[in-house]
Amino acid sequence: MANNTKGRRDFIGMALGGFTALGGIGALYAAKRTWDPLPSVKAAGFTTLDLSNVPEGVLITEKWRGKPIFILRQTKDMMSKVSKKDMKRLIKIGDDHFMVAVGLCTHLGCIPGYRPETQDFLCACHGGMYNSTADVTKAPPPRGLDIPPFKIDGKKLVLGEQGPEYKKMLEDGTTLPV
Amino acid sequence: MAHFDENAKPFSHKWLNERLAIDTLQRVLSTEYWIPKNINFLWAMGMVLAATFGLLLISGIFLLMYYQPNVNTAFDSVNYTIMSEVGYGWLWRHIHGVGASVVFLIIYIHMFTGIYYGSYKRGRELIWLSGMLLFITFSAEAFSGYMLPWGQMSYWAGMVITNLFSGGSLHADGLVEWIRGDYVPGQAFLNRFFMLHVLLMPLIIIGLIVLHFGTLRIPHVNNQDGEDFDFEEAARLYKEGKIKESKVIPFKPVFLSKDVFVMGIYFIFFFYLVFYHFEFAMDPVNFDPANPLKTPTHIYPEWYFLWSYEILRPFPTDPGLVAFGFAQVIFLLLPFLDRSPNVAPASKRGLFKYWFWALLVDMIVLTFMGKLPPEGAWSVIGLIAALFFFALWIALPIITSKEKKL
Repeated sequence: MANNTKGRRDFIGMALGGFTALGGIGALYAAKRTWDPLPSVKAAGFTTLDLSNVPEGVLITEKWRGKPIFILRQTKDMMSKVSKKDMKRLIKIGDDHFMVAVGLCTHLGCIPGYRPETQDFLCACHGGMYNSTADVTKAPPPRGLDIPPFKIDGKKLVLGEQGPEYKKMLEDGTTLPV
Repeated sequence: MAHFDENAKPFSHKWLNERLAIDTLQRVLSTEYWIPKNINFLWAMGMVLAATFGLLLISGIFLLMYYQPNVNTAFDSVNYTIMSEVGYGWLWRHIHGVGASVVFLIIYIHMFTGIYYGSYKRGRELIWLSGMLLFITFSAEAFSGYMLPWGQMSYWAGMVITNLFSGGSLHADGLVEWIRGDYVPGQAFLNRFFMLHVLLMPLIIIGLIVLHFGTLRIPHVNNQDGEDFDFEEAARLYKEGKIKESKVIPFKPVFLSKDVFVMGIYFIFFFYLVFYHFEFAMDPVNFDPANPLKTPTHIYPEWYFLWSYEILRPFPTDPGLVAFGFAQVIFLLLPFLDRSPNVAPASKRGLFKYWFWALLVDMIVLTFMGKLPPEGAWSVIGLIAALFFFALWIALPIITSKEKKL
């Protein structure tokens, strides 16, 4: 290549490279957006749970955003064993205390099984354990089951909306945002 | 322009040769591709793998004609349509399932053959690295394929493995949801893993297989003694007719005939499994349709992932993830962690001999512990075996740098 064309060829090369890179970045962004959850999935809204007829000490499983939600109305026996720290995890409606949590192990997302005789949860996947307030008692899970955003509405609970009680839980680190 | 004989008949040998150089291609790729004589049946595993990949591809094409990547119909399209309606549909499914399992058995044999004979050392690093990339892409291919029947094991394996990407305390739920296209595995998840399984991963695998063959060309195949000899001289002797004196044989037809013999034995074993023992590759739990509200009592991966699963399991989340990450990449670094210049079978390499067998036994122990429930003594043995795995890799550069030069 003659010397006098070098500058021009370099320029053409850089211009081509620049536009190719620009197009490449654009294509990558489009690819990323294509993999994003769809708006219809994102909008999967709110679930209202009526807690007025929930029996004591029996685990109820509901569904919110495709995830299982555990509801366990604490018995007197359970309440006597709850530590001060774990009290914060419970939702008080009237005189009743409810454990409401996303029923997915905080380790890798299996559903822990409830054991009525010992009033605790055991995750069969990797052996993690939780007490009746769904706080972790045995590793590998790093923390208790996450509490879904909720708002108390009389005897009902609206999942997906953030009420003052939930915001307080977030602030003092009782749960992480789900 | 090149010379084209106007009298050559279309598609005759001469006609093709002038246009495609078929004689040169044949010579370079097979009749003068030289393989050492001093090898054993373990050197046939590469072609056994290529043949098994071929079987997976062909059986996959037929399964693709009736499989439906939809959360409502996927399970029945496999377990009802393909298994009982489609003529010989069961054959493709059993070949595909057995093939996916057995291909890993052969990959492990192929890998450990390479480790034992030092076939990853100077000049052959890229063979090892491209091979390990194939191991990783085959793992991704196996995982994405396991999602497709949309049974309980599919669903919960999908849940657990995608959750690994939250990075423990990093709590990167956004990334996990991005991978899934949903809060939990659902339609978007099944569809994209279907795409990965039938198109993107196979394309990458085929590209890597070509690269893997390419990396072999210049350093040549290793031999049983790790002997470094002059291939050109050996090839000259062979071509002169001094076949006995030469240390090499041509790929075609000599080496290939040995390969085909080993493949023959292998296929007897393979089709025995396909016809009489396919159930080992068909987990009974996966014959329940996916249920997002119920985790099976025990979930475990297929046998070929158990060793790395057991490295994840005994630790708390964060160290567990670090340990798991370490186990996934450490084999890639083997050519650089082995500091000894010796290319020789492990039996001649002092301490490395014990290292090799210790690694093999440890991975077998991890595999067994991974299948057992994480309780009591099994947890303890699993933890010790996992720690021993790390100790071995940390010890490798030390023991190999002290190795005497042969």
